[in-house]
Amino acid sequence: MSADAKSTVRAIGGRAPDVFRRGNWVSMRHYADDEDIDFAIVGTGAGGGTLACKLAEYGFSVVALDAGPYWRPLEDFASDEQHQEKLYWTDERIVDGDDPIQLGSNNSGKSVGGSTVHFAMVSLRFRPEWFKARSKLGYGADWPLDWREMWRYYAEVEAALQISGPVTYPWGPKRPRYPYRPHDLNAAALVLAQGAEALGIQWTATPLATVSAPRGNSPPCVYRGMCVIGCSTNAKQSVLITWLPRALAAGAEIRDLAMVGRIEHNEAGRVTGVHYHRDGRWRFQRARNVVVAGYAIETPRLLLNSSTDRFPEGLANSSGLVGKNLMVQANQAVWGTMDHEIRGYKGPPSLAITEHWNYADDGKDFFGGYAYMSQGPLPMVWAGTQSTKRGLWGQSLLDEMEKYNHQVGLKIVGECLPQERNRVTLTNERDQYGLPIPRVTYSYCDNDKALIRHSLAFMRRSLEAVGANDIWDETDDTCHLNGTARMGSDPTTSVVNADCRSWDIPNLWICDGSVFPTVGGVNPSLTIQAIACRTADRIKRLAARGEL
Amino acid sequence: MSDRYPGYDVMAKRRSMSWNDQTRAVIDARLAIDPAAHRFFTETEWQTLRALCDRIVPQTIARPHPVPLAAMIDEKARANLSEGYRYAELPPLQQAWRLGLAALDGEAQARHGRRFHALDGLEQDAVLTAVQQGNVRNPTWRELPPKSFFKKRILHDIVSAYYSHPTSWNEIGFGGPTGPRGYVRMSFDRRDPWEASEARPGREAQARRENARVG
Repeated sequence: MSADAKSTVRAIGGRAPDVFRRGNWVSMRHYADDEDIDFAIVGTGAGGGTLACKLAEYGFSVVALDAGPYWRPLEDFASDEQHQEKLYWTDERIVDGDDPIQLGSNNSGKSVGGSTVHFAMVSLRFRPEWFKARSKLGYGADWPLDWREMWRYYAEVEAALQISGPVTYPWGPKRPRYPYRPHDLNAAALVLAQGAEALGIQWTATPLATVSAPRGNSPPCVYRGMCVIGCSTNAKQSVLITWLPRALAAGAEIRDLAMVGRIEHNEAGRVTGVHYHRDGRWRFQRARNVVVAGYAIETPRLLLNSSTDRFPEGLANSSGLVGKNLMVQANQAVWGTMDHEIRGYKGPPSLAITEHWNYADDGKDFFGGYAYMSQGPLPMVWAGTQSTKRGLWGQSLLDEMEKYNHQVGLKIVGECLPQERNRVTLTNERDQYGLPIPRVTYSYCDNDKALIRHSLAFMRRSLEAVGANDIWDETDDTCHLNGTARMGSDPTTSVVNADCRSWDIPNLWICDGSVFPTVGGVNPSLTIQAIACRTADRIKRLAARGEL
Repeated sequence: MSDRYPGYDVMAKRRSMSWNDQTRAVIDARLAIDPAAHRFFTETEWQTLRALCDRIVPQTIARPHPVPLAAMIDEKARANLSEGYRYAELPPLQQAWRLGLAALDGEAQARHGRRFHALDGLEQDAVLTAVQQGNVRNPTWRELPPKSFFKKRILHDIVSAYYSHPTSWNEIGFGGPTGPRGYVRMSFDRRDPWEASEARPGREAQARRENARVG
């Protein structure tokens, strides 16, 4: 069972766990360490897992390495918040800055499939103008990508995950209807809807990566409400059960419990493979290309830790920007209680959303936007909010917790601006692999604070409009990490180009949320997967032209 | 504390479709924790920790399974189960707890001339409020910022431990484990027959009857 997966390598000897059947296996291609494979991919989350699938399907030889275990959700996942903390990246990290980030749970994952194993499944497209935030909206930086091209890749990912969503989406340019019907709304979502209608703004059922009808080996979602601690029925369309089975079928090898600590390069300045720790020893996988897809902390950490005499500031870092421009998304909330029973623990936690303030620009005293969604925190998270955020303990905590089934909340995913002072660096402390542990420094800027103020005031009005009582603000939560290896069109102001290829080392690629120049006000996973699909197409084309 | 969900016991669902094997194993282990077990903390620290847990989450009503908070914190510290991040100003988990319990005693001594566990409840709460607000007198806190320790260790660890336990779920009417069975009735004021029934004024007896049928 579960204890095994954390300590014992599962994907080995020509087979990998069958994620759809207890105790079962699927066959997996095996590559030797000294075989010069086309791509070694570090990380199997939204970026790396998607790219591994696409590249393998295009005929490249691929080994994808992940530091986390290879779960079979049906047999490994309990319905228990504390136990499922095993899905998080809990290796030590130091946080500082004016607004130190809380890590370890909602913004991390240490599993094959990455944090999509415990993500809230919210699958949103960027507002088109965000890809040209600097020139069209006056803040942040432009992406080297065109929104019309991204629109096609979003459609590809939405089809691959069979997203459940509304027939028509209220904001932005036309998009195809979502493949599966939207989910039923729970009471928490209806509170958002009623509030939005009272305030005269639009809302919709949230496009979610959990199926509303059977699909292959996935049964329809049965509204267990445990999505953010791992789906034990496989209704959730995580990378673990979508892209990775396809990757295996197409001939990719996936190595679990394989922590990459260093990327090697030759005298010509090209990378030659990765040093990784597995089964108690360090090994070296040769590769013609290396893709780093470890997310916004582990990606810069690996690049910085791979420094050599030739690249003393780390790999791909001639711009000096590796590790910089770390962006969180603001995750503030307004909470209240209703006379109605709400029981927000039922169903996916964010069944309704409004992106009004992502698309409306009038009346804002800040750049950027935010979405807000209905909430359904489980008891440990809710008690943590009441105690560590609100400061309650003793009888006052117990009294407040007793209102659990009547509480409602609205929570933002808010755009924070890129700032070079927000960054990932290495410390002198070492982790269990002997690698330097990262320091994550974060401070909001005035624009971020103005956005947060606006959102809290607006959401408060929404809760007031539906008759909620005892309304209070949760002012200091964050989610989703991005940036730290931004893409761009100029090698002096970016780390990779539009193809996620590093400017400095042509066979080193970065494919995850760290390439985001700006974050927008939506959850990033759909965009990360869309970028991975685009990168795979570009690699295929470059290879055909002999330009890899 | 009022009895908002009279007779509701989430454990009545243990054999139902709401629990799978792995969930049963996890919860069984949690219920089997020996409340007196402590392998990490010294006897002195243990006295202080137990007194602290009693103030952060008072468990005054006799229940079949009181939550063994101090033993849970001891195990967390022994296994060094950190959350994956550490505020630059705070020492690592184990060290923070050792320093913190000593500092609580030091603060109690400085204010009342007795160790923390020897104070009465009101005195203990006054000490804790001072720590939460950073108004401390004892020099031990120089090594440990009191406000951060209170929020990130005391509140975080003790409160999470409490709400990981089925006894607390009964109190708040949480449905508990789900899977493979989830929920069907999602809208306002709707309850599936396997959810807790709330004793609103005038329907206490009905709630008790409904809760007896949860399974």
